Amino acid sequence: MSTEPLLEVQDLVKHYQSGGWLSGTRQTTYAVNGVSFSINAGETLALVGESGSGKTTVGRTILRLQEPTSGSARFLGTDLFDMPRSALRKLRRRMQIIFQDPYSTLDPRMTVGSSVAEGLEIHRIVPRADITSRVHALLEEVGLDPDDAKKYPHEFSGGQRQRIGIARALAVEPHFLVCDEPVSALDVSVQAQILNLLLDLQRDRGLTYLFIAHDLAVVRHIAHRTIVMYLGYIVEEGTTDLLLTTPRHPYTQALLSAVPDSEAAQVADRIILPGDPPSPSAIPHGCPFASRCFHPEKDQRCRSERPVLRTLGQSQVACHYATEEEA
Amino acid sequence: MGVPTPPSSPLLTVNDLHVVFSTRDGDVSPVDGVSFEIRRGETLAMVGESGCGKSLTCLALLRLIPPPGHIPPPSQILLDGQDILTMAPEALRQVRGGRIGMIFQDPSTSLNPVLTVGSQVAEAIAAHQKASKRELKTRVITLFEEVGLPDPASRYGAYPHQLSGGQRQRVMIAIALAAEPDLLLADEPTTALDVTVQAQILELLDRIRRARGMSILLITHDLGLVAGRADRVAVMYAGQIVEEAATEKLFQSPAHPYTRGLFASIPKITGPKQRLAPIPGVVPRPSRWPTGCRFHPRCPDVLSQCAATAPPETRPAANHRSWCWLTEQPKAP
Ligand SMILES: Nc1ncnc2c1ncn2[C@@H]1O[C@H](COP(=O)(O)OP(=O)(O)OP(=O)(O)O)[C@@H](O)[C@H]1O
Ligand SMILES: Nc1ncnc2c1ncn2[C@@H]1O[C@H](COP(=O)(O)OP(=O)(O)OP(=O)(O)O)[C@@H](O)[C@H]1O
Ligand SMILES: [Mg+2]
Ligand SMILES: [Mg+2]
Repeated sequence: MSTEPLLEVQDLVKHYQSGGWLSGTRQTTYAVNGVSFSINAGETLALVGESGSGKTTVGRTILRLQEPTSGSARFLGTDLFDMPRSALRKLRRRMQIIFQDPYSTLDPRMTVGSSVAEGLEIHRIVPRADITSRVHALLEEVGLDPDDAKKYPHEFSGGQRQRIGIARALAVEPHFLVCDEPVSALDVSVQAQILNLLLDLQRDRGLTYLFIAHDLAVVRHIAHRTIVMYLGYIVEEGTTDLLLTTPRHPYTQALLSAVPDSEAAQVADRIILPGDPPSPSAIPHGCPFASRCFHPEKDQRCRSERPVLRTLGQSQVACHYATEEEA
Repeated sequence: MGVPTPPSSPLLTVNDLHVVFSTRDGDVSPVDGVSFEIRRGETLAMVGESGCGKSLTCLALLRLIPPPGHIPPPSQILLDGQDILTMAPEALRQVRGGRIGMIFQDPSTSLNPVLTVGSQVAEAIAAHQKASKRELKTRVITLFEEVGLPDPASRYGAYPHQLSGGQRQRVMIAIALAAEPDLLLADEPTTALDVTVQAQILELLDRIRRARGMSILLITHDLGLVAGRADRVAVMYAGQIVEEAATEKLFQSPAHPYTRGLFASIPKITGPKQRLAPIPGVVPRPSRWPTGCRFHPRCPDVLSQCAATAPPETRPAANHRSWCWLTEQPKAP
């Protein structure tokens, strides 16, 4: 692992406008509100948080599949957000994305072989004559049969389609993969197969992952560092082991306590958070988590002043009252 | 209410349940000989991977299998000794949404988008009990309180789209509870929800079960969800129950290689970090179910007889059933 970050994101903001002025229904969704982080080469950084906390938006804006509202993202020394689309195309090759449901992104009328070959052709990765053998090698690398190249997506199970999505992403020899909930829709046995595959590929190819997930146990198995998001803000960041053994932010503590644990008998002291997260169209003034927070010292300050990330031990925490002591 | 029933007496007994679909390629039985009991006041969890037949089993209990599917003899579903499968339409109506309530995975598809949530719950009450409009409204608001909907009185007139996913699931639970059922069928009631909201809903179901002495059939593909929440667990694979035990027993000493494989596939949040040991392959489709033990092509402990002959019911311990040739073997001294 090198110390120079492969990707460095600063103050990323993404607001969506929806509705129309005419109908008077115009509203702004504050999806991502100033997120900064960096990822080293060969590292896996996990983004976790509830539905709507802005995880996918972060992943997609970094790849400029969506335009950011503001901020910067340096990748291999260049600012992705400053770059004209033509120059971006070349860099795309180095950055790929795997989706939760690869079925919706695979063209149902294209054979699996042509889907995987597409990137090879566009970016002229190998001479034309070698495309077929490269496709076969890629399918084997992700645990499929070379004969599968002739088949169509509907002939495959969810886990196999996820493998096809991975083969397609790997074809262009990326350095960096955004994995957006790649195992969430899969059965546990298939989920474990895909997690092992992603770990092996990282070992063999030195890949760097931004791994979006909502399952902390999955994150524990794949990510070196973890960022917890809530309503478009980072509330805690640290090494995965530290975050899961000594969570500092009350939201991280609640998230961890809600994990269904096949070994835990300690159901009694589960933290059950009240209510739902506020709407990202009406973000509260103070701490975004204040409405559901159970911290004994929660007070007026939490409702009026937004806590910024500060260093606590070896983690970064955005909470006025988090301490280094055990919760 | 007359003589109290012993707490362990079965409320529901399912014997040799089959669900058959006739297709162009012949008949398939996605549920193929399932037997189990649900006792009064207990939670039975039914777990297994996608396509194992959990939802069809659940639908069959209310005779809600969509045509051309049917439930052939000798299937029996006894509710207090009365076979639901042979009930007259009026008696069946009393059972559906009456003695047996049901909630589904996706609350957004099961609520009517153009009716207020209050009127939908009121309708569920009125279908089984006589009450004036005023009484109905009071009862709905009480139910909303019981399921923890914030601001219950003002939620009466809300439409489904004005509620969050977790709140809609609470409304669905209110509907299922409207007729004070003895049994609640909960088919993946939290799969579409965030983990923190998931914890709220499971907690709620458990509180209501204890308060009302109701039984719950909790269907889930997530074994982890079951710990500390179900009394017993039945594990399904390819249309059949392969193992059944008290929850703690199943977690401590799973007997069936499929159950053990499920545990080995689940990443743990505590303890030593190991490479996951997934079950290879996938659940086959019902038209392709293997001969003998249906798990044998994926089984790490397969024996010579497994492909040819289906294993008998074995008892690795008291109140612990497993259908596997391994547990049938005489134990080594
Ligand atoms: N194209 C869009 N237009 C308008 N709003 C959007 C758009 N995409 C996302 N949003 C909103 O932005 C917020 C963040 O969404 P995002 O998809 O990034 O969340 P997420 O953390 O990935 O959630 P999930 O776990 O459900 O995938 C949500 O409120 C969402 O409704
Ligand atoms: N209407 C139908 N016609 C034909 N086959 C069906 C029908 N409904 C379900 N099946 C098949 O029956 C099998 C069992 O389905 P079921 O929905 O009960 O599975 P499940 O265990 O609930 O899975 P999941 O976890 O995905 O909900 C599946 O293979 C499914 O494809
Ligand atoms: Mg997302
Ligand atoms: Mg189902």
